[in-house]
Amino acid sequence: MEYVEVEARTVDEAINDALQKLQATRDEVEITILEEGTKGFLGILGSKLARVRVEKVKPLHELKLERAIEYTSELLNHMGVFAEVTGEADEEAVNLQVHGDDLGILIGRRGQTLDSLQYIIGLAVNREGGEWMRINLDVGDYRARREETLRSLAQRAARKVEESGRRLALDAMNAAERRIVHQELQSFGGVTTQSEGQEPYRRVVILPK
Amino acid sequence: MKNLVEFIGRSLASHPDEVVVDVNDKGRETVYTLYVAPDDMGRLIGKGGRIAKAIRTVVKASAIKSGVQVHVEIDERQA
Repeated sequence: MEYVEVEARTVDEAINDALQKLQATRDEVEITILEEGTKGFLGILGSKLARVRVEKVKPLHELKLERAIEYTSELLNHMGVFAEVTGEADEEAVNLQVHGDDLGILIGRRGQTLDSLQYIIGLAVNREGGEWMRINLDVGDYRARREETLRSLAQRAARKVEESGRRLALDAMNAAERRIVHQELQSFGGVTTQSEGQEPYRRVVILPK
Repeated sequence: MKNLVEFIGRSLASHPDEVVVDVNDKGRETVYTLYVAPDDMGRLIGKGGRIAKAIRTVVKASAIKSGVQVHVEIDERQA
């Protein structure tokens, strides 16, 4: 990776110079202080310049993405599943995609296996230090399709509640799915939503306003 | 299957070297016991057993293809 060595009167100054040269911010670099620097007598005699080595390193989310792709590929291999793992990441989250044929076993009943895989990958990747980051895993376009299904289900149920004036409880869902339903109905005028019950049976209830 | 259990166990434990998987064939069912260091128990079981449950779900999914019944136990490794 790209690095510079810079001399200046103080360590701080040297680091700032180096960051400017690399056009990087402090959290994108690794800093090694080579020489502390001393002021010397009256700032003249025996003074020594500070020297630092500043190396540009990859941002955390890129490191996590690499780690996540490698870990997921290995995990799937051990499961006897041959598939390609790709992904993208920004400061918010790492998003992984599994591509291949016959990947139903990775999804499982109502996405249970997919959620478990996502959870384990998140733990394993975040264990290796650095700030915790959200890791999302999708197989094919399962989650996108599921989200679409949930949105239309929510709309249908909300209309029913509006017409009948009676509350309606949806099937049990995990937190991520419940959030999609709540979000979808936030802009729906005639109803309010809330979650009731204990995990894993917690469900969204739609109430007339 | 043993490799899968071991791989997941090592990737979550803070003492991966101490992770050992014991395989016990009980007729139609195979039991995999994941032995970990005592202070890794929490890391492998999780709050309310959430991590253990995820491990079981993944291992079971992987066993569907081979048509065997599997069960995963997690236990402390005796010194």
